[in-house]
Amino acid sequence: MAGSSFDSRRRFLNEAGRIVSAAGLAAAWPTLVRAQGKPITVGFLYTGVRQDYGWNQAHTVAARQISRLSGVKVLEQENVPETAEAEKVMESMIRLDGARVLFPTSFGYWPFILKIARRYPEVLFVHAGGLWKEGDPANTIGYRGYMEEPHYLCGIAAGRMSKTGKIGFIGAKPLYFIFNNCNGFILGARSVNPKATCQVVITGDWNNPVKEAEAVNSMVDQGVDVIVGNCDSPKVVIETAERRGVYSCGYHTDLSALAPKGFLSGAEWNWGKGAEFVRAWQTKGSYPNLLRGGFKRDMVKLSPFGRAVPEAVRAEVLKARQAFADDTLALYQGPLRDNEGNMVLKAGQRIDNEDNKYKLGVKFLVEGAIGKTGLAR
Amino acid sequence: MRARAETALITAGALALAFALFGLFLLANRLNPLEVYAVLWLGGFGTSFSLQATLTQAAPLMLTALCVAIPARAGLLVIGGEGALVAGGVCAVLAGVAAAGLPAAVGTALVCAAGAAAGGAWIAMAGALKHRRGVNETISTLLLNYIAIALLNHLVSGPIRDHTVSLKVTSWSIPQPYMVDAIPGVGVHWGLALGVLACLAAYVLLRYSVPGFAIAVLGGNARAAQLVGLPIGRLTLLACALGGAAAGLAGAVEIVAVHGAASSSLVVGFGYAGILVAFLARQNPLAIVFFAFLVGGISASGGLMQRRFDMPDAATQVLQGMIFLCVLGSNALYGRVRMFRVARAGA
Amino acid sequence: MTGTELGWWGVALAVAGGAIRVSTPYLFVSLGETLTEKSGRVNLGLEGTLLMGAMSGYGASYLTGSPWLGVLAAAASGALLGLLHAAVSNLPRVNDIAVGIALFIFGTGLAFFLGKPFVQPQAPRLPTLALGGFSDVPAIRAALEVSPLFFIGIALAFVMHWALPNTRWGLIVRAVGDNAEAARTAGYPVNLTRTLATALGGVFAGVAGAFLSLSYPGTWAEGLSSGQGLMAVALVIFARWNPVHCVWVSLLFGGASALGPALQTVGVTGYYYLTGAAPYVLTLALLIASSSRRHRLAGAPGELSINR
Repeated sequence: MAGSSFDSRRRFLNEAGRIVSAAGLAAAWPTLVRAQGKPITVGFLYTGVRQDYGWNQAHTVAARQISRLSGVKVLEQENVPETAEAEKVMESMIRLDGARVLFPTSFGYWPFILKIARRYPEVLFVHAGGLWKEGDPANTIGYRGYMEEPHYLCGIAAGRMSKTGKIGFIGAKPLYFIFNNCNGFILGARSVNPKATCQVVITGDWNNPVKEAEAVNSMVDQGVDVIVGNCDSPKVVIETAERRGVYSCGYHTDLSALAPKGFLSGAEWNWGKGAEFVRAWQTKGSYPNLLRGGFKRDMVKLSPFGRAVPEAVRAEVLKARQAFADDTLALYQGPLRDNEGNMVLKAGQRIDNEDNKYKLGVKFLVEGAIGKTGLAR
Repeated sequence: MRARAETALITAGALALAFALFGLFLLANRLNPLEVYAVLWLGGFGTSFSLQATLTQAAPLMLTALCVAIPARAGLLVIGGEGALVAGGVCAVLAGVAAAGLPAAVGTALVCAAGAAAGGAWIAMAGALKHRRGVNETISTLLLNYIAIALLNHLVSGPIRDHTVSLKVTSWSIPQPYMVDAIPGVGVHWGLALGVLACLAAYVLLRYSVPGFAIAVLGGNARAAQLVGLPIGRLTLLACALGGAAAGLAGAVEIVAVHGAASSSLVVGFGYAGILVAFLARQNPLAIVFFAFLVGGISASGGLMQRRFDMPDAATQVLQGMIFLCVLGSNALYGRVRMFRVARAGA
Repeated sequence: MTGTELGWWGVALAVAGGAIRVSTPYLFVSLGETLTEKSGRVNLGLEGTLLMGAMSGYGASYLTGSPWLGVLAAAASGALLGLLHAAVSNLPRVNDIAVGIALFIFGTGLAFFLGKPFVQPQAPRLPTLALGGFSDVPAIRAALEVSPLFFIGIALAFVMHWALPNTRWGLIVRAVGDNAEAARTAGYPVNLTRTLATALGGVFAGVAGAFLSLSYPGTWAEGLSSGQGLMAVALVIFARWNPVHCVWVSLLFGGASALGPALQTVGVTGYYYLTGAAPYVLTLALLIASSSRRHRLAGAPGELSINR
């Protein structure tokens, strides 16, 4: 088929680029910072406030790192809703501020990025969503970590530390990555305690402190003693759990300071990878359009362990972490049932940790979950 | 004529006071007011791009302001624009999906009509409650706002959710041909034209038609209206329905011109900003067009102000609140400004 | 600590615990609004006042290390906003409902503007009284972790209920609220009374906000309030302007707010938005049921613009 050699060359370059950038970032960091690049303005868009101990904070940490690259000026705008407003803001940054690389950091900005990217090919759009596919504009990048992997690790810690065998997951909205994280958490817990159950509560809002606090209280009243919260700012979840005297796991960024007694560990993003995209755009280098990965590609991190976690559990968690990095541990593998009794994966079936299509289509909660996705299958 | 001049001068004075007070507020936060206002101008009105952004913000404001202004003429204080907009958006989607396959123009018109009808019905409910049970319309429409938003979220994440879209929680989309583009040469969608037309129509209706006049009598003195034999209930419902229809139309416009489907993105505060616009315009539909433009400009420039001065974007809310308070307070000056006082009969 | 599977008892307990926890801000704002409305004013801006109270309380607690100073700061900021409302509403021909909406926008904006630096740090929180010490069940113990503000609120309700008919000041407030002309003729200072009542109402709303940020959920963030300030006006109406009824109504609302998440933990999922709307539907239903075209609502002050 005509064009296939071009495609495979591009794919090879992408693959090579991915490997090089993933491996090289750490080594190249000092050089990146010192290297001379032409001045470039980088714009960040946040759906909430930057210092939220959550999703946005994880990104503003990366923004700090990027602003330290030479020749780079970073502009930030908060409270940009996931509506056509976002498109206006991006265009405003491009036309009024001269931004040439944009980081629209919220998941829901993607459709607007696609529309605007075609109009401004001189601007690079880097989206923390990992939704890029063939046919999307070349000046867009999707990058995202597979958070279900660190959730699995937190699940192991939860399974070991829970005295009741009941853990809890609070999710904001019924979206696929929330379900994957939830499944990861449960699978990790059940890998060490096959009888563990998980209460699942969906609050319906990315940000609703009262509902999140109420969810924690209800769960603890039902006997749950390890809770993780997947909302924009898990601060309330962690603090409320600490006050009730139960364990908690973090999300997005390092929340260990909020719960000195009960913090186990947490799932963190490694958005600093964005710096290499900026550098590539500045120097007209190559970059991957899609960068998704877990521990293998250094796209996610595990928070430091809390005081409560004993040595044996830490070792067990780190061993599993290594297994992810070596790709010897698959999150979804058969035999696997969902929580309605259906067999989802047969014995011997194994889903690759980077099988994005499968993950996008996850509409079930694994066995052990008490709750529903609400999605038809 | 004198009255118009008085209104214009007092309003201008109130606006000037508000901007001065905001300037003091900025100084207290170690910002230079002149710089900030320059950027406000730039971001709201200074470039063609800014003007487009402002007009895009202004379009829905014109319609949601009517949701306050028309019932106000009947003496009612309705603040349910947000709920009516949401109801309009949901019904617009439902209509579009149910009636697929029509010629594009017909489909669009149908979708808009459905939105307007839904919004009208939503506020008319409050009007009925007021007439039949004496339930205060301000509070009932406030509560209906929250209820509408809850219904929207429930429907969109369940019964009418589009499951083929895994990246956000959104409803089924209306057929693509029903979507509306930008006005050629202006770069803003047709909702702007609808907004201006609706304001003109409201002005003509309220001032020159029989029902409009009856509504005004009701608003002036309910007891007198009753004595004269006006059908209070029907007029109340009419005023509410018309106002709600305008806000519902705004919701439909959000669907056909911006989003294509319903989601929580419909809830962005257009309803509440419309209250501000209506009061600034002293419930006059023609003035609404101007003030929607002004308030839209302030909102549109918020992002640029945020980026240039590292100022929280709540600053635009502070400014809008100050403007609102100053304009409300200036109501006290009507009839007091010497130059406009009409000579008293016999004096 | 042995966890116990409580099932539906857990829901009941959560609702009861939620009723106590979540009702306190409702109680304070409704008491404040009752006072304001008794004097003949409606203050729809309490949402903005509440948020300013939450922000200043949190900020003051963080900066001084004392959560009670935070409560004081919240009360002060509430008073200021109440005074602002009164100042503008006292001007002739100014609609107090519109002023309330303006204050809502202004107060909310001001709270988020000034509160930016406080989103991240952790401020010392108000202490709680552990009333459930008699029980072995952790859930009961937790449900009975009560903030002293809850008791202060109840005490204030009874004080107000006694003071309005039995003190001179209470009499003046009610006179001004029922018939301003007559009150003026009798020599009572109408505007001053309303100003003081609105300012005091603002103090209560500020304290309600301080409860949200310093007690439960005990954080300062956008989205902290889900309309408690606006609900106050509705609450007051079907508490019939009676301070003691405000206590029961607040408990009811607090319980209703806790219902949603509690139901999910026993597996009743899928309706979280609708259960979230329960307080509003409840308010509207009660409003419809208790309103009548013919009579003015029993207990309603005659001067209230919403009753004209």
